[in-house]
Amino acid sequence: MSQAEKLKQGQFTNPETPGYVGFANLPNQVHRKSVKKGFEFTLMVVGESGLGKSTLINSLFLTDLYPERIIPGAAEKIERTVQIEASTVEIEERGVKLRLTVVDTPGYGDAINSQDCFSTIIAYIDDQFERYLHDESGLNRRHIVDNRVHCCFYFISPLGHGLKPLDVQFMKAIHNKVNVVPVIAKADTLTLRERERLKRRILDEIDEHGIKIYHLPDAESDEDEDFKEQTRILKASIPFAVVGSNQQIEAKGKKVRGRLYPWGVVEVENPEHNDFLKLRTMLITHMQDLQEVTQDLHYENFRSERLKRGGRLSSHGYILPLSPATVVHMKTQHLS
Amino acid sequence: MSEIVPPEVRPKPAVPAKPSHVGPSSTGIPSALGSQGSGVGGHGSGGGSALLGYIGIDTIIEQMRKKTMKTGFDFNIMVVGSSGLGKSTLVNTLFKSQVSRKSSGWSRDEKIPKTVEIKAVSHVIEEGGVKMKLTVIDTPGFGDQINNENCWEPISKYINEQYEKFLKEEVNIARKKRIPDTRVHCCLYFICPTGHSLRQLDTEFMKHLSRVVNIIPVIAKSDTLTVEEKNEFKQKVRKELEISGIEFYPQKEFDEDLEDKSDNDKIREAMPFAVVGSDKEYQVNGKRVLGRKTPWGVVEVENPNHCEFAQLRDFLIRSHLQDLKEVTHNIHYETYRAKRLNDNGGLHPISSATPSDTQESNL
Repeated sequence: MSQAEKLKQGQFTNPETPGYVGFANLPNQVHRKSVKKGFEFTLMVVGESGLGKSTLINSLFLTDLYPERIIPGAAEKIERTVQIEASTVEIEERGVKLRLTVVDTPGYGDAINSQDCFSTIIAYIDDQFERYLHDESGLNRRHIVDNRVHCCFYFISPLGHGLKPLDVQFMKAIHNKVNVVPVIAKADTLTLRERERLKRRILDEIDEHGIKIYHLPDAESDEDEDFKEQTRILKASIPFAVVGSNQQIEAKGKKVRGRLYPWGVVEVENPEHNDFLKLRTMLITHMQDLQEVTQDLHYENFRSERLKRGGRLSSHGYILPLSPATVVHMKTQHLS
Repeated sequence: MSEIVPPEVRPKPAVPAKPSHVGPSSTGIPSALGSQGSGVGGHGSGGGSALLGYIGIDTIIEQMRKKTMKTGFDFNIMVVGSSGLGKSTLVNTLFKSQVSRKSSGWSRDEKIPKTVEIKAVSHVIEEGGVKMKLTVIDTPGFGDQINNENCWEPISKYINEQYEKFLKEEVNIARKKRIPDTRVHCCLYFICPTGHSLRQLDTEFMKHLSRVVNIIPVIAKSDTLTVEEKNEFKQKVRKELEISGIEFYPQKEFDEDLEDKSDNDKIREAMPFAVVGSDKEYQVNGKRVLGRKTPWGVVEVENPNHCEFAQLRDFLIRSHLQDLKEVTHNIHYETYRAKRLNDNGGLHPISSATPSDTQESNL
C-alpha cells in the first residue's frame, strides 16, 4: 500500500486542505491494532508419507515444528488410522506476531485400503467450524479463538502421471470446506519438461473432475505494475512444484539452503530450480485473503447447512451426515 | 575359455587305475601331465583320477555354447510397482531397446485400470550371435487404487498359471523336445523412494510372492534421494525385509558353495539397488551418456557415483541371468510341482479346480 500511504502523508501534513476530514488515517489505525493483536493462521498439510511435508513446512517458516519426530516403520503403520496432529508456534518478525498452527495428518494414504482415510480429516475441519459457530453464538464473544482451517496444502506425488484416484476423491470431499492449494512435492525428481507436463496434466484433471482449488484473486486495477505482474506469474505457476530443505549447502561460493546431489545442488530459493519462493510469496501475501475466503465462503456454507439442519449447537456430540463409522473415527482424534 | 582342439591330437584315454601319487585329499591336485589346456584334478575316490594326457572334456563348454547360440534362450522378467515409478523406462534402459511400451504416460485416454492387468510383450533381441527371446510382463494398475487389498492376487495367479502350463507339458506322454518356457524368471519390484520406510503394500506383496518367484527389489527414481538419504533408506528397507522374513533373490538358502556365498553376500549387502532409468542421451564432458537433464546438473544413469543402475545391470544380466532361470526351474517350479502332485495324489493333472487347491488350474 505504498502509494496510499504516500497520499496519506501528504494530506496529513497539511490539515488545512479544504475538504479534508481525516478518516483516511483509518487503515493506519487498523494496521496498528492488528499488529498488536497478532495474526492467527491455521494451515493443514495432507499427503502420503514420505512426500516431504514436514520438511517443506519447516523450510517455509524457517523453524523446526517437529523436533521429536519418530517415523514409524512399515510394521507399525499397519494398525494406525489417520491421526490429526496440530502443532502451534508463535513466530515474530519485525514486531508482527503470527500464531501459526500446522495441522498434520500422518497416516493418510498409507494403508493398503485407504477408503476411509479422509473421514477423520473432514470431521476435524467440520469440528473447528462447529466450535467457531458455537463461540460466535455464545454470550461472551470477546475472545473467540479462530482455529478454523484457513488453507490446506495438498501434496501430490511427483512420481505418478497426474492425480491418483485418492487425490481426486479427497480434494472433491474438502473443496467446499477449505481452501485447497495443490502442491507438487519433491519437485527435484522432475526435469523441467516433465514438470510442465505434470502441471498441465494436473490442471486438466482438476478441471475434468470439477475440483475447486483456491484461486488467487486478480490484482486490483490500482495496484502497481510489479504487483500485478507478480500475481500473473503466481497464477500461471499453479500447482507449485516445490523442494524443501533446511540444510545449508555451499554452492558457487555462497551458502544456500538446498539439497546436495552428486550431480549438482538443488537450491530451494532459486526460482529456476523450483517454485518454493512462489509458494511462500503466495502464502504470505494472500494470508489475509485465505482467511477471508474461509470466513465468507466456507464458514458461511457450513453455517447455513448447519442451521438448516437444526439440532443442538454444542461443540461435541453433533452427528455428521455420514456413516456412523465417522463417529468412531472422531473418538480417535487428538484434538488440540 | 574354450580352446579349439586340433583334430589330430587324440591321445588314448588313460586306464582308470589308481595311480600311486593320488592321495585321499579332496582338493583337486592338478597332477595330470596334460600338455595343452587345463589338467583335470584328481578326486580322492576311485574312478576318474589323474589324466595322463589331454582328453578334451573341457570342450564341452564350447559345445554347449554353440548349441545355445543355435537355439537361443528365453528370459521372462516381470515388473511390479505403482504407476509412474519408471518401470518401463528401466527395462528399456536395461536391455538397451524399446522392449517395453511406456505406460499410460501423458495421453488422456489411457486411464489407470480398475484392476491389476497382466500384459506380456515378447521381443527377440540379439547380441554377439546369441538370440534371446525376452518377455517383459507388465502389471499396470498395481497399487494405484484407493483400495489395494489383495492386488497381488492376479499376479500370483499368473505366475502359478505359467508353472501349471509347464507342468502340463512336462507330464504329457508325447512331449515337446523343448518345452516353451513362460515361467517368470525374475520379478523386479519397484519401491517408492519415500526415504522413510517400506509401505504396507510393499511388505505384503513381497511376503506373498517371495516364495513363489525370484523377487529383486529396486528403489525406483532414486535421483530424488541424496547420498545419505539413500544409504539410510536402504538400511531401513533391508531391516524391514529381514524382520518380515522376506527373502529376496539371491536367497541365502540357495547358495551352493563358499564362493557363491561370498559373491552373493556382497550383492545382498548392496541391495536393494537404487536406480535411475533413461532413454535420452546428453553430452557430458565430451561423452554422450544416458541421463536426465535438470537445471542443476545431469544425472548419469551409468555412473556408479550417481546411481546403481550399472550394478543392477551387471548383476541381472551379466552374472546371474542363468542362475535366475535355474533357481526358478529347480526350486520354485519344483515346489509348485511337488505341491500339485501331492495334492492331486497322482500324475494326472486335473483340469477343474479342487476345493483344497488354492491355485486354479484353468488352462
